Amino acid sequence: MGHRWGMVIDEDRCTGCEACVAACHAENNIAIAGDDQAGRGRAKHWIRVERYYEGDFPDIKVKYRPVLCQQCSDAPCEPVCPTYASYQNDEGLNAQVYNRCIGTRYCANACPYTVRFFNFYNPVWDKPLDLQFNPDVSLRSVGIMEKCTFCIQRIKTAEINAKAEKRPLKDGEFNPACVQSCPAGAMVFGDLNDPESRVSRLSKSNRGTTFLEELGTHPKVVYLKRDSWHNEQNA
Amino acid sequence: MNKTPEQINQDLLRPIYHASWRFYATAAVLAGFVVAAFFAWGYQMYYGLGVSGLNRPVFWAFYITNFVFWIGISHAGTLISAILRVCNAGWRRPVTRCAEAITVFSLSIAGFFPLIHLGRPWLFFWLIPYPSERGIWPQFRSPLLWDFFAINTYLIGSVTFLLLPTFPDFALIRDRASGWRKKVYGIVSLGWRGTPKQWHRLEMAMRIMAVAIIPVAVSVHTIVSWDFAMAPVPGWHSTIFGPYFVAGAIFSGIAALIVAMALLRKLLHLEEYLKPIHFDNLGKLLLVMSLLWFYFVFAERLTTWYGNFSGEMPVFWATQVGRFSPLFWTMVFCNFIIPAPILAIKKLRNRVGWTVVASIPIIVGMWLERFLIIVPSLSYKYLPYSFGTYRPTWVEIVITVGTFAGMGLLYLIFSRVFPIISIWELKLGATKSEVAELAAQKAPAKQPQGG
Repeated sequence: MGHRWGMVIDEDRCTGCEACVAACHAENNIAIAGDDQAGRGRAKHWIRVERYYEGDFPDIKVKYRPVLCQQCSDAPCEPVCPTYASYQNDEGLNAQVYNRCIGTRYCANACPYTVRFFNFYNPVWDKPLDLQFNPDVSLRSVGIMEKCTFCIQRIKTAEINAKAEKRPLKDGEFNPACVQSCPAGAMVFGDLNDPESRVSRLSKSNRGTTFLEELGTHPKVVYLKRDSWHNEQNA
Repeated sequence: MNKTPEQINQDLLRPIYHASWRFYATAAVLAGFVVAAFFAWGYQMYYGLGVSGLNRPVFWAFYITNFVFWIGISHAGTLISAILRVCNAGWRRPVTRCAEAITVFSLSIAGFFPLIHLGRPWLFFWLIPYPSERGIWPQFRSPLLWDFFAINTYLIGSVTFLLLPTFPDFALIRDRASGWRKKVYGIVSLGWRGTPKQWHRLEMAMRIMAVAIIPVAVSVHTIVSWDFAMAPVPGWHSTIFGPYFVAGAIFSGIAALIVAMALLRKLLHLEEYLKPIHFDNLGKLLLVMSLLWFYFVFAERLTTWYGNFSGEMPVFWATQVGRFSPLFWTMVFCNFIIPAPILAIKKLRNRVGWTVVASIPIIVGMWLERFLIIVPSLSYKYLPYSFGTYRPTWVEIVITVGTFAGMGLLYLIFSRVFPIISIWELKLGATKSEVAELAAQKAPAKQPQGG
């Protein structure tokens, strides 16, 4: 059985520090939009931390939810793309073929999570940021859609190394940049097809939920809900 | 019609031979707008779509609004021409060609918008399933691909439908002309000599096309509606979209036709051909479509409100009482409250001026309807965290204005090159006694073999 990459995000552990956002920018050569463009809603962050507030000041509870591409098993973005730029690869990732994209932006409309990003202009990097590109990730041109890939470059590197050493991949051997950089350990990445992996065991937790479950997109990102009462019962 | 065939020739061919300075001045102004629109498009291609007002999450806006709107306008020709031909309604004769011309031109304009809207328009040909050495095919599950085929089919069909009955008229011009006109019209009339065999074949082809083009027209706008209805976006994912879009398209199409006919009547002095009876009949159709439109809007809103799905309610409230409500209520005024009473009163519907007063708000209202389908749904899509809004920039406005000017320009040129009223069909109608024709329609029982 092949791999099926998935992620578990524990909302009890997330502190909203946004280290994942910064790590993702650096790893994936994401262009910085600048305040003018960001003000027009064109900021690009493949992962963002959504904040939700409960209650009135001063009895306020803040809840953080890191949102990245949910890597849906039934992804609304895929069938609508007329050129096959958006498709699901055989490891369950919603892949985006940048040089096949013609920019209809239909996938972005269909995506209920708003996690697809359009390149309104050719990307620019202020100096000295242009000196720290990741050579494993292509730069995306104007007029195309881009999105979180679960750091597919790291997945492929790990798979190639394991194959060269003629051994199976170990759970936790490599991680996407956001998971690697999370100081609270709120994010867990791994193979959902491996019943022994951490991600598979956590994803079966009774705190597990998926985002906008009612839409039937069957995401491969599972959120462990923030619920102290539940934790005590299941300690 | 108490005119001799020669008088008909004289009246209807006049615009082809005589053009006043007003024609050139108007054409120049309209061409200026069109050039400006192409400049804006070039500017957008050079710098990227960032120069438009699009943002996240409103990835579609003015361009797709215009696309759907112009496809809608294109339904004028098909309905009037094909359906009335199939029903053999005698009053259609002076109306068909100006209607079919609207179809061809508005469809051509609509066809530009999917290209203008692309992030990388120079690669649009990837939608064509051509054999490539890499064996890459387009995605046949995508409604955008269905669109591509639907629009091309419709364009080819309606161009054929427009050109078929023009050959006898081109031949007429050829026979009466000399010099370069004789040459040009000789080529485009494709050797029409008016033999019985040719007439028979023309009639056969027209019958086939009239029947074939109706389902094509219906399917085209249904498929355009599926661009929206197939996506799980609040307010889009609805079964009513197909019929709603088709009805809306015919609605705006008839309104556009009435305005075009009124202008032609005035500018080309065709008062004796485009008579109040034509506006009256089209007005009745327009009234039916207005009522149908209102019914669809009501049905759509009621089911949304009653169903109370959490994802859809922000869109519902935004259009009914929120940010987009001024546009929504303007649309209801333009599409129902203004035109319906005017068209329902026979004394007003009989007057050309009043039908135009009823039609112009409809064109505005139907444009707003398309805008309101697209932008509010995308602005309020599921996650409050990513709610956003949209404001057009000068690029989108210039391109939009340019398409209206382009429509005017194409129509203006058309009315100078083609006889805007089908001369031979009009003569055919004049030779038949209208009383006999009416009697034939009212007594089908006497023709048991018919049908």
